Amino acid sequence: MAQTTLAKALNNGLRAAMERDPKVIVMGEDVGKLGGVYRVTDGLQKDFGEQRVLDTPLAESGIIGTAIGLAIRGFRPVCEIQFDGFVFPGFDQIVSQLAKLHYRSQGKVAVPVVVRIPFGGGIGAVEHHSESPESYFAHAAGLKVVACSNPADAYWMIQQAIASDDPVIFFEPKRRYWEKGEVDPDAEPQPLFASRVVRPGSTLTVATYGPMLKTCLAAASAAETEGHDIEVIDLRTLSPLDLDPVVESVRRTGRLVVVSEAPSESSITSEIAARVQQEAFYSLEAPVLRVTGFDTPYPPSKCEEDYLPDLDRVLDAVDRSLAW
Amino acid sequence: MSVPQDWIPPKAGVQESRPSREHVVAGLKATDEGDPELVQLLTPEGERVSDPRFDSYATDLDVDALRSLYRDLVLVRRFDREGNALQRQGQLGIWVPLLGQEAAQIGAGRAMAPQDMAFPSYREHGVAWTRGIDPTELLGIFRGTDHGSWDPKASRFHLYTIVIGNQVLNATGYAMGQKFEGKVGEGPDSEATICFFGDGATSQGDVHEGFVWAAVYDAPVVFYCQNNQWAISEPTERQSRVPLYKRATGYGFPGIRVDGNDVLACLAVTRWALEECRSGNGPVLIEAFTYRMDAHTTSDDPSRYRLADELELWKLKDPIERVRVNLVREHHVGQEFFDEVQAESDELAARFREFCENMPQPAPDRMFSQVYAEPSPVLEAQRAAYLEYHASFEGV
Repeated sequence: MAQTTLAKALNNGLRAAMERDPKVIVMGEDVGKLGGVYRVTDGLQKDFGEQRVLDTPLAESGIIGTAIGLAIRGFRPVCEIQFDGFVFPGFDQIVSQLAKLHYRSQGKVAVPVVVRIPFGGGIGAVEHHSESPESYFAHAAGLKVVACSNPADAYWMIQQAIASDDPVIFFEPKRRYWEKGEVDPDAEPQPLFASRVVRPGSTLTVATYGPMLKTCLAAASAAETEGHDIEVIDLRTLSPLDLDPVVESVRRTGRLVVVSEAPSESSITSEIAARVQQEAFYSLEAPVLRVTGFDTPYPPSKCEEDYLPDLDRVLDAVDRSLAW
Repeated sequence: MSVPQDWIPPKAGVQESRPSREHVVAGLKATDEGDPELVQLLTPEGERVSDPRFDSYATDLDVDALRSLYRDLVLVRRFDREGNALQRQGQLGIWVPLLGQEAAQIGAGRAMAPQDMAFPSYREHGVAWTRGIDPTELLGIFRGTDHGSWDPKASRFHLYTIVIGNQVLNATGYAMGQKFEGKVGEGPDSEATICFFGDGATSQGDVHEGFVWAAVYDAPVVFYCQNNQWAISEPTERQSRVPLYKRATGYGFPGIRVDGNDVLACLAVTRWALEECRSGNGPVLIEAFTYRMDAHTTSDDPSRYRLADELELWKLKDPIERVRVNLVREHHVGQEFFDEVQAESDELAARFREFCENMPQPAPDRMFSQVYAEPSPVLEAQRAAYLEYHASFEGV
């Protein structure tokens, strides 16, 4: 089967969704002729026209706010935010309107908007281009938050997010955009709001998502050479968190390491640590350990190798857990 | 222009916390004389006057239409006053009064065609009335039983938006959708959107962005700014250096100032603006120049920031009284009609009050309802756990 990059898989997924439903429109800065700064929307405007692929003015609140109006009208807008750190001008519209309209109207108004956000670091970018803001969104009731980690998931998850009647914040691991994997368009996709055991194991559980999946799989392979059989779970969905597979895994392995690029305080990783100790307290052989970015603003890019969790930091946490 | 070394920091205590008398009177003069562009069809003295630009949008406004508008104005004021009273009596957590803005809202609301869509802020009780929403539907928001119980799709009146200016972008997006669906142009099913906001909202980025989007996509949206002179305690001068309607020029669409206390002018100007939008010439900015006669909300105390003179002057421009005078003087409508409307308004107020006092307490799981369109297992577990906990108190 042909190998596809994650960016191209997203492109193919968007195309499939647009072909299936004429109400699906793509909107954002530079998504038309340029095809987006990461080319995820490449060629879509040429094939679907300027009314279905909208090059918008440069204002994120405007992108989200008008997408909400379009959704009220019956469209299914897919907004592209160019970079993680640029979403905050649109944050008000996301948390004040997008997240709450279904609740406020008691289901009379649905706002099936997808907000695509390339997130995470590791590409040597300048400030505001490498952040992991997913916890802000997971904290907002009414939003669903997902993160893809590989081309096959990217292809299916973007289509499923568009088909969802709820607003979905869709995180794309930007440093994995160019990595290839198999995408089978005839496969039966996994449900969108479900985590997946990517690598079974019995010694220790590692739970992660997005760009860190690859790092964690590499760490598991390295640990294998030392005789450790590590289970790796891709969370895929951050809100609602599909925690059952993690809890089930921890009941078998007795150990959990949670890995994310985001700062640790009040984050997805905090949530997982809290809930796993609540639900699997007597199975735990060691405290839940976290490997994350630090509680600093994202640093200058020459420091990001120190900031970002890497294979060694994951292995260090694995060792500390096993030594408990 | 000053250079940095010329700049001297102001002395402490020089800044005044409230506008000076000169400041206010200067504002009132501008108001009183009106801008040369101010559209008016009915003077504060109740005299029907001509405006060659908009007369053609008011030719059907005969005595029957005037009676109907008068009835709207009186009924809306009556339940608004009842809302205020209910808050004072502890029946409502808060009320947002519209006193003084009845004409601005009824005029705009009655200009809408059934297929048009409205996006209100939170003071648009009069517009809601024109969309066929029963006033009792507004009560849940202020009593705290819901966030708006009407169906925005059926009434084509969106839910109230509390965050200032958010709805301007939502309305613009909706209007873009109308255009994308080919509902703009000549024809009986062409549509437009009208978006309501206040003078304070014009300082918000979302309003600016809404103007930009509407202009570049030619969205069929009428931006209807009710300039009621005060954003809680901040005067219009705190929002803008130029008259608000003149801002439209910078975005590339027409802006017009209408006497917001003149229901005929508001109706005619909004009809024109909506037609501009339906035919594909939109957007349009309307500044309805009016005055909030009451507090911003029942939590506000306008006596701390505005002068009694100002209020007295605006009372002379009352939006209802001028219609009544016109009906009497120019159409010889008898007292019987006014008595009928009065009786009807009393009945409405009584029904409004009774409904409010009898609103049931929401069930404990109401708060979990409809957070998502699709089920969320985490939330369902929370709901179940809370209901179980709640049930443990039964019989205690």
